[in-house]
Amino acid sequence: MNAEDLLYCDTHEWVFVAEQDGQKIATVGISAFAVEQLTDLVYMELPTVGTTVTAGEEFGEVESVKAVSPLYSPVSGTVVAVNEGLPDNLDTLNTDPYQAGWIMKVEVSDDLPANLLDHAAYQKQCGEAG
Amino acid sequence: MNDAASQNSNQTALYSWHQQQGARMVDFAGWQMPIQYSSIVDEHQATRQSVTIFDVSHMGRLRFNGDGAGALLDRLLTRSVSDMQVGQVRYSLMCNHEGGILDDVLVYHLETPSGTRYFLLVVNASNREKIVQWIEAQWPDQAAVELCDRTLETSMLAIQGPNAIATVEPLVSINVSEMKYFRTKVTNQMNKPCIVSRTGYTGEDGVELIIRQGQTEHVLQNILAAGRQFNISPAGLGARDTLRLESAMPLYGHELNEEINPLEAGLAFAVSWQDQAGNEREFIGRDALAEIKDSGLQRQRVGLKMDGRRPARDGYTVLADGESVGIVTSGTFSPTLQKPIAMAYVSAELAEPGKQVDVDVRGTLIPATICPLPFYKRTS
Repeated sequence: MNAEDLLYCDTHEWVFVAEQDGQKIATVGISAFAVEQLTDLVYMELPTVGTTVTAGEEFGEVESVKAVSPLYSPVSGTVVAVNEGLPDNLDTLNTDPYQAGWIMKVEVSDDLPANLLDHAAYQKQCGEAG
Repeated sequence: MNDAASQNSNQTALYSWHQQQGARMVDFAGWQMPIQYSSIVDEHQATRQSVTIFDVSHMGRLRFNGDGAGALLDRLLTRSVSDMQVGQVRYSLMCNHEGGILDDVLVYHLETPSGTRYFLLVVNASNREKIVQWIEAQWPDQAAVELCDRTLETSMLAIQGPNAIATVEPLVSINVSEMKYFRTKVTNQMNKPCIVSRTGYTGEDGVELIIRQGQTEHVLQNILAAGRQFNISPAGLGARDTLRLESAMPLYGHELNEEINPLEAGLAFAVSWQDQAGNEREFIGRDALAEIKDSGLQRQRVGLKMDGRRPARDGYTVLADGESVGIVTSGTFSPTLQKPIAMAYVSAELAEPGKQVDVDVRGTLIPATICPLPFYKRTS
């Protein structure tokens, strides 16, 4: 996946939605900007497969040496897969946040929220934040 | 950081320099300070392995002139001051009448080149105004003492790490490597007055310099040039916190506050009941502390090593058999030990290395082991 093809939350999660066997499957991760801002990641709490997540609500957390940051789901639906190996290899988020660094896959139950940002709008937001 | 907050914040002489280095700035105790330049872990490791420089100008610097200064400080501090030799630095506490800690401080006994002796108190930024007010309220009637708050006219730089001494040595007109730990001297840096002390808040060997505010950037550039051979880099408050936590140095507002007494904080060494001649000392808080000492401690400061990789943080509850037995005051992921560490206050009966407890980490109970402090001690 290319960063340019993804949608983003203003809370720095990315999402990519693809049709798979007639289902809409969303892959979710966190942006390179978020990883750069967090620095020194030490812990990640993944959701459990089978739980439901809601757009805009917390689904896990990532923790750096300095602080804990909640992860917010860009979509509503059921978690169908999590990246089990990621918490033990958090450096993957530095090297490959948009492919190997995916966090969870969600079977989407609702329409995508209208407030997701495209890459250009997200970049603009990060520029303002930085 | 919103505009209102930054307008109310003090800036150190290096504010623009920090920004040029790409530092992330935060408001800390009313000061705009760098939290990190690169990564906290990188800055932490650079301090443990070579040398880094910290801007610690936010710390309060209070100068006491006059013949009455020693006697006033003797009364204010839990450790005697008037028996200090010129050139000594002493860690001490200032308590209220109930024995609660108002601040932890370093006392410097100094002499100007012209031979005038004075004391310098380095206090926490967050407590500076409170401490000045407290001291003024305890002022003796015959005031042969003058208090000057030198914080805004001076800057303070900490050069820390195994290569700190070699970095600073060529820049000052004294032999720093022969200076012992917790010693200080008024000297020169490029012909300007400079207080050098072998002190720090990292658990490494190091030096702290107090210089005139207008000289700060100049001195900084000299230090960076002298430290280039050791790959010197700046370090921020983030690394300062992980470094002091590994070394189990208390931080005011976390391990210390007005509800905590020096004995439960494990700082009995910083309470001197007698003076050097063996006479009982009078100081504010003594009676309350004597009573606490007699009746025994309810709780004690301990170290915690956590299972897994998830750090405990300030305010989390410590439990034993499902019952609350204490509270975490600081926690992080230790870059040196590669595991989460914390300091906490727990019931005195649990304050024993090896005891098993749990910490409530946002709803999940994480097992932890009480361990001796510090977590890290330098070998040389």
